[in-house]
Amino acid sequence: MTRESPSPTDPGDEHELSTDIKSTPETERNGAADRPVETDGGNVNSPFEVVSEFEETRRDRYRKLYDAYVYAPVSIIWRDWRARIGLTIVVLYLLMGTVGTVLVEPTNVAEGSALINPFENAEYILGTDGHGRDLLSQTVHSTATILKMVVSGAVCTVGIGTTVGAIAGYKGGMVDTVLSSITDVFINIPGFPLVMVLGLMFDDIILGNPYAVGVLLSVAAWGGLARAIRSQMLTLREESFVEASQAMGMRTHTIVFKEIIPHLMPYVVINLTNAGRRVIFEAVALYYLGILPFENLNWGSTLNLAYQENAHVRPGALHWFLVPMVAIVFISVGLTLLGQSLDRVFNPRVRARHEKTTSPADPEGEPDDTTNANDMMGGI
Amino acid sequence: MVTVDWRVRRLGQAAFTVWAVLTLSFVLIRMMPGNIMGAMITRMTQQGINPGRARELVELRMTIDPDEPLLTAYGSYVVDTLQGDLGQSVYYGEPVTDVLAGALPWTLFVLSWAVFISFFIGISVGALMAYWEGGKLDVGLTSYAVLMGSIPFYVLAILLLIFLSYRYGLFPNGGRQPIGADPGFNLVYISGIIHHAALPIISMLVASGVASLGMRGNSIRVLGEDYLRVARLRGLSDITISTQYVARNAVLPMYTTLLISIGEMFGGSIVLEQVFQYHGLGWYMLSATHQRDYPLMMGGFMVITLAIVTALLLADLTYGYVDPRARRAQ
Repeated sequence: MTRESPSPTDPGDEHELSTDIKSTPETERNGAADRPVETDGGNVNSPFEVVSEFEETRRDRYRKLYDAYVYAPVSIIWRDWRARIGLTIVVLYLLMGTVGTVLVEPTNVAEGSALINPFENAEYILGTDGHGRDLLSQTVHSTATILKMVVSGAVCTVGIGTTVGAIAGYKGGMVDTVLSSITDVFINIPGFPLVMVLGLMFDDIILGNPYAVGVLLSVAAWGGLARAIRSQMLTLREESFVEASQAMGMRTHTIVFKEIIPHLMPYVVINLTNAGRRVIFEAVALYYLGILPFENLNWGSTLNLAYQENAHVRPGALHWFLVPMVAIVFISVGLTLLGQSLDRVFNPRVRARHEKTTSPADPEGEPDDTTNANDMMGGI
Repeated sequence: MVTVDWRVRRLGQAAFTVWAVLTLSFVLIRMMPGNIMGAMITRMTQQGINPGRARELVELRMTIDPDEPLLTAYGSYVVDTLQGDLGQSVYYGEPVTDVLAGALPWTLFVLSWAVFISFFIGISVGALMAYWEGGKLDVGLTSYAVLMGSIPFYVLAILLLIFLSYRYGLFPNGGRQPIGADPGFNLVYISGIIHHAALPIISMLVASGVASLGMRGNSIRVLGEDYLRVARLRGLSDITISTQYVARNAVLPMYTTLLISIGEMFGGSIVLEQVFQYHGLGWYMLSATHQRDYPLMMGGFMVITLAIVTALLLADLTYGYVDPRARRAQ
């Protein structure tokens, strides 16, 4: 196979490429990012340039980091319509969970009259529930709680899954056998019933602690990711850059987490959004079933109350269900779209193209693949 | 390394899983701080049963003697459970095995249809999307799939219940069999059962969204393969290419997704059966949880685990017949 090593997707090349990219904002900074500057070094004499060339203040460094890790990724995914919608939705929810809780007052029983329909009363835009509580306020205030669960749940799931999978795949042998067996057990255990039983037992820890709910939900969720990471690790550990790192005498820890894991980053990040969605679904389900105790209302417990008070039978109570449902579906649409488009951020080819030319002329990687295949055909 | 036949290894892995779950449930019942056994005894004492009698009752119901040393209790618990003795339900006063055995077929009925139909839809839609990749239909169907993947099945279930059952009366609003019909192999009963199971099955079809996106990705990957180019050069007909080349190779990886979704659907049946008051495995487990009927709850957990382990085992063992490559690789 002539395709194997010299192909542009060779990890060694990718590695170089990514360092190139990191240095790009640097050169931009040295050449004054404010105005368009020729790369011929025409205005090195400008006093601004001299300063920035010799000393780098902390602020500059942060700016560079911002350019490489925030500005560039955001501007890349911003080209994709899916990402635009997804990012907007997620940011909207973030604002709702932080700023929104300050702006919207928490609601109380019998604040308004019961079951006002949405868009009828200016004071209660989304209507009220069976006890006269404002549904908009309920939605906004539960966003913060749900977001905390999502963050802790997603980080735990992906953290455990990646670590276990990476170590099992890299080490092999006995370590692999043990870790893989544990992973298989967790894949086979029915996640939701397990979480239900555990939730019942630890209800005193969970009460009023959304982070604990997230951790609880991750217990049954990391297995699949660990298995996938392990199988990717099995191929990655044979690569030449790993052998080089080993020859340089790097510690296993450094090789796995500093050298190999970055190659799996796209996969890991996409799974982060999937895990987040899963946490929302399961947490809301548990609250809906009334298994987890709660202090403040959240989307799930609102559904639970609505069901218990027969809102599905009563006329004019439909919005009691619909408001939390829309909140759930909307954020998960956002997370799904974001996850789907995130792979572009990590695709070095898309990245490099974006950094060089800011024109959206050639957004996809497909044309490259076709020419590649054509070459192959010629070769045959 | 000694090479053991992979079937034996796979069987051993399944046995290991069952053992691990058994041990976990023993730990939950007996050893964990705030464990189930302590909770049961406290509850009974509060109800006015004297502690000695309460301990006896707990032993009868959970098949674990609270006074025995840990290791002996563990041993007898494992033996009892493996012999099919899951203890006695507090609420129903019957052996847990009997209660659950009556419920399991109903859950299996709903889930098998849900899995089958949603994967059929998912694969068809995914293939269509891949065929017209980048076109209007692809964008439209992708949006549909994203939306389907973003709606939790229980949200759809509640909406279906409200509209199709309560508002328009097209489907029964709960239960699992027609009232008044003779249970047996007659038309009224069978159609009644299907009528009752229809809404739960339809709610589970949101899984088709995820499946179709997976299928789309697989098909597009296969479409870019060299052997497909060769097939076109050989002048094979489009139908042969799409059925023999693309479909077969794209569907096979979906098998794994199918397996994982079986497990998730079993967990999901708890919520689903609550919404429709469908008295299956999940419904019993949930009501046991609410009534603090611990033997039934742990029994339900055990049965769901066994069902999933068995399903995954069977699927793995038969995969070689579906995909000849896997047989050779093993």
